[in-house]
Amino acid sequence: MTATSGGAGSPHLHQPASVALVMRQVLMAIIPMLVVMFYCYGPGVILQWLWALLVAHACEALLLRWRGLPLQPHLSDGSAAVTATIFALAMPPWAPWWLTVMGLVFALALVKHAYGGLGHNLFNPAMAGYVFLLLCFPVAMKAWAPIDAGHTAPGWIESLIRFVGGAPSPVDGYSGATVLEYTRTQLRAMKMMSEIGSQPIYGLLGDRNAQWVNVAAFVGGLWLLRIGVIRWQIPAALLSALFIIATVFHLADGDRYAPPLLHLFSGATMLGAFFVATDPVSAPGTQRGRLLFGIAVGLLIYLIRTFGNYPDGVAFAVLIMNGAAPFIERHTQPRILGARS
Amino acid sequence: MTLPQHAWGGGVRVPRHKNLSNTGASRVPPLPARLIYPLRSHIGTAARPIIKPGDRVLRGQCLAQPDTYVSQALHAATSGVVRDIGDFPVAPGDITATCIVIEVDGEGRSVDPWPPLSADADGDAIQRRLVEAGVIGMGGAGFPSHVKVREGLTRTVQTLIINGVECEPYITCDDRLMREHATGIVAGARWLKRAVNAGECFIAVEEDMPEALAALQSHAGEDVTVGSVPAIYPAGGEKQLIKMLTGREVPSKGLPIQAGVLMHNVATAQAVYQAVVEGRPLMSRYVTVTGSVQQPGNWQALLGTPVSHLLQQSGWGGYGKQQVIMGGPMMGMALSHLEVPVTKVTNCLLVQEAARVSMMSMPCIRCGECLRVCPVQLNARALYEYARAGDLDAAQDLHLFDCIECGACAYVCPSHIPLVSYYRQAKAGIAATERRQQTAAENRRRYERHEQRLAADQTAPETAESASPAGTMDKEAMRAEITAAVERVRAKRAANEPPDPTNGGESGAA
Amino acid sequence: MLPWLLLAIVGLAAGFSVARPARDPGKGLALAEETDRIDALLPQTQCGLCGYRGCRPYAEAVVRGEAAINRCPPGGTETVAALADLLGVEPMPAPAMSPPRVALIDEATCIGCTLCLDACPVDAIIGAPKLMHTVIAALCTGCGLCLPPCPVDCIQLRTSGG
Repeated sequence: MTATSGGAGSPHLHQPASVALVMRQVLMAIIPMLVVMFYCYGPGVILQWLWALLVAHACEALLLRWRGLPLQPHLSDGSAAVTATIFALAMPPWAPWWLTVMGLVFALALVKHAYGGLGHNLFNPAMAGYVFLLLCFPVAMKAWAPIDAGHTAPGWIESLIRFVGGAPSPVDGYSGATVLEYTRTQLRAMKMMSEIGSQPIYGLLGDRNAQWVNVAAFVGGLWLLRIGVIRWQIPAALLSALFIIATVFHLADGDRYAPPLLHLFSGATMLGAFFVATDPVSAPGTQRGRLLFGIAVGLLIYLIRTFGNYPDGVAFAVLIMNGAAPFIERHTQPRILGARS
Repeated sequence: MTLPQHAWGGGVRVPRHKNLSNTGASRVPPLPARLIYPLRSHIGTAARPIIKPGDRVLRGQCLAQPDTYVSQALHAATSGVVRDIGDFPVAPGDITATCIVIEVDGEGRSVDPWPPLSADADGDAIQRRLVEAGVIGMGGAGFPSHVKVREGLTRTVQTLIINGVECEPYITCDDRLMREHATGIVAGARWLKRAVNAGECFIAVEEDMPEALAALQSHAGEDVTVGSVPAIYPAGGEKQLIKMLTGREVPSKGLPIQAGVLMHNVATAQAVYQAVVEGRPLMSRYVTVTGSVQQPGNWQALLGTPVSHLLQQSGWGGYGKQQVIMGGPMMGMALSHLEVPVTKVTNCLLVQEAARVSMMSMPCIRCGECLRVCPVQLNARALYEYARAGDLDAAQDLHLFDCIECGACAYVCPSHIPLVSYYRQAKAGIAATERRQQTAAENRRRYERHEQRLAADQTAPETAESASPAGTMDKEAMRAEITAAVERVRAKRAANEPPDPTNGGESGAA
Repeated sequence: MLPWLLLAIVGLAAGFSVARPARDPGKGLALAEETDRIDALLPQTQCGLCGYRGCRPYAEAVVRGEAAINRCPPGGTETVAALADLLGVEPMPAPAMSPPRVALIDEATCIGCTLCLDACPVDAIIGAPKLMHTVIAALCTGCGLCLPPCPVDCIQLRTSGG
């Protein structure tokens, strides 16, 4: 009788989880968001997404080669796909093709692989790429949907033209702001919330369009929580902190500060709460650390939106706290079973 | 009856696979051709044989006596002739140890049992009987039970816990034992409780073993509480179960007695009953054989039975691609040699497909799942990083030695990193460093004494106390002797006499 | 208001992460205690290869600032790293680590002169005048100090198994 002793030692059992599976599940949870964005903003979103997937995988392949790593299994571990998808969702739907290339090259080469590749990046690559573009090409990054209610989303041909960069300079209405930006500029112009709030761009929860995108992200995020891909600490802490601080300010002066639900369901809040801030590599690993991290991100989002120079603070808030994550983790170690303190 | 439930943090739900082997009653296998008894068990020093090759032995006859306090007696499980006392392979198969090998004669004659202890026997008498009977912890650690009882005699035991929480998948030997020997287990628990004068006694059973629970509960009473605990791995771990049932924590690197608790496995309790009331030493145990075998189930195996015998009886074909694990899938070890014997701590033989050796592990994605499931709440991910980087000091600071190697972390890791192997390697590295430091400390002490001796020699002149058979000599005479001797050696060398073979200069015996 | 708030948060975080207790060998620590701590990191071979008469004298020289931390071959890189960590200085390139060795006396040639007995810093050689000398291998640190005094060159250093 013979037997082999196998390769590794105990345990000899493993739950059916893998990195590729986790990434696939995240992608599936994002699909609702993509669908809603397509409906609201037109085919530009799909173009951005497909292009981003292509560019990201090409970049990743080149970088893996350069680093001397085998293409399999690294290229199909799904991390490039997730980065590309989140990046594409943050990009304005009519951004020209070269913006995506620059952003993804920056994200994958400098923010991910230069730090050591999968599992070693300090900052979230998709957000870092997005912020890089925002800082370098502020005007080009404003290619969002128009805000007047009567306008319908452009068709495929028009999106393609804009994608390739052949569109004329943006006309009024096309270079429109998101509801967050609109709110901000109006408030700064000393208009009151009660006046602004009656404009037709506002839906039930926030931006007529973006609110549904956020709802879709919320639903997808809840599914990820249910199947255990992400844990509750970061989303719960982030949304609670954002809600609480927005409520405090709104109750203090309802006319100068936007209502809390607007904050929760506008911009990239839900995307950030469930898909970006929960990126395990760039967030703390301990449970208490994650609560602190989530609270800090939520607070920063509000502060940047309300007092800062940018209409949406999610990307910046996450990046700032990514920098503090190792420090937070080191100081929130769990108490072990049997320790004296 | 529900037992107190305190949260112990961590833990993971694993698939149970218990129905494979717990439905039928346990069986008695036919006698094997020979029985193999390693002298050294899991913990403690080797036993000292009191028989020699050629001796006839009877069932229940003592083969080896405990050599020190932390040691155990060994007894023949059936009659036969002592064939050999020498090196034989022991689990996991690629190491050997000194073993007594008995050739079974098939007659099954036994020695007379000891008289049962009287109902008012004190703790000392019980402890002596346990030493005689060779009872050790059968839950896996193999700690000699009489040592635990002695601890209980000298320190206060608030709670005695009998551990029937078989939390690893596939293993059902304790389940069947509880269903078939509930009387013995509860009686044994009562004897132990009396021996250590424990304040309370719990028998904990996992919640997915309702028949075992019912069997034990029919014997429970005021003094012994039987209850269930949730089926989370590793709820049966010593420190975890203590925290769950008493709310007290065993101090890091400490022993349960420091929390006022003594814990014994249900099989140990039954062995105690057998020794104290039936007057028989520990000679057999229930072993689950399960997995890809034709007839999975539980065997009442004689200690010393080669593993291959039980596998054959369970209808295993012996295909090369499968692996045989001694123990459970979470903490067991894969065997490379199948003639190794069943010992007092062998609870299961699991046959399954060998793990795909080509399963490459991905980089750690810092998901934190390992942290979340660790039953000791260690920062498993940081320990992995430090172990990998060789930063053993940092690993020790993060309480590496409190890791119970349960494997929950590696089970959940999405990157399939063999975390437990890293921890084991780090522990070995730290142990080696500590040995080096101890040697250095010893050297330092000897150096200091050497310096003191030289200083004393210089101040006090040489006296007649230098008891050298050659007598005292003054320095001049000594030097003359040396010069003469050197000349003799030089002459010898110049005459080209071949020097003695190097073996003759072997002057390094410790 | 916001810029100040953000600056405060970031500043506090940065402050906490860079602040650590000062590792200053001389100030605030008794000299003997510091020497003890350095001595505890040395391998105690007492071979004198560092240039000092033993491990403790070398530790004292390091405390005084006379000796560099990378002068101990039996300690090798491990000792240099440990010393660098303790003193809060940059680790220096370590001397090549010598393998563990044990001395062996050729008993046929030994003349019983006792000169090696006192030479051994840890008293690992036993013997008496005109009687056989032998090295207790378990106690020998492989420093080699017994070789020069032997007038008949009957001692060898062998690489030990570990």
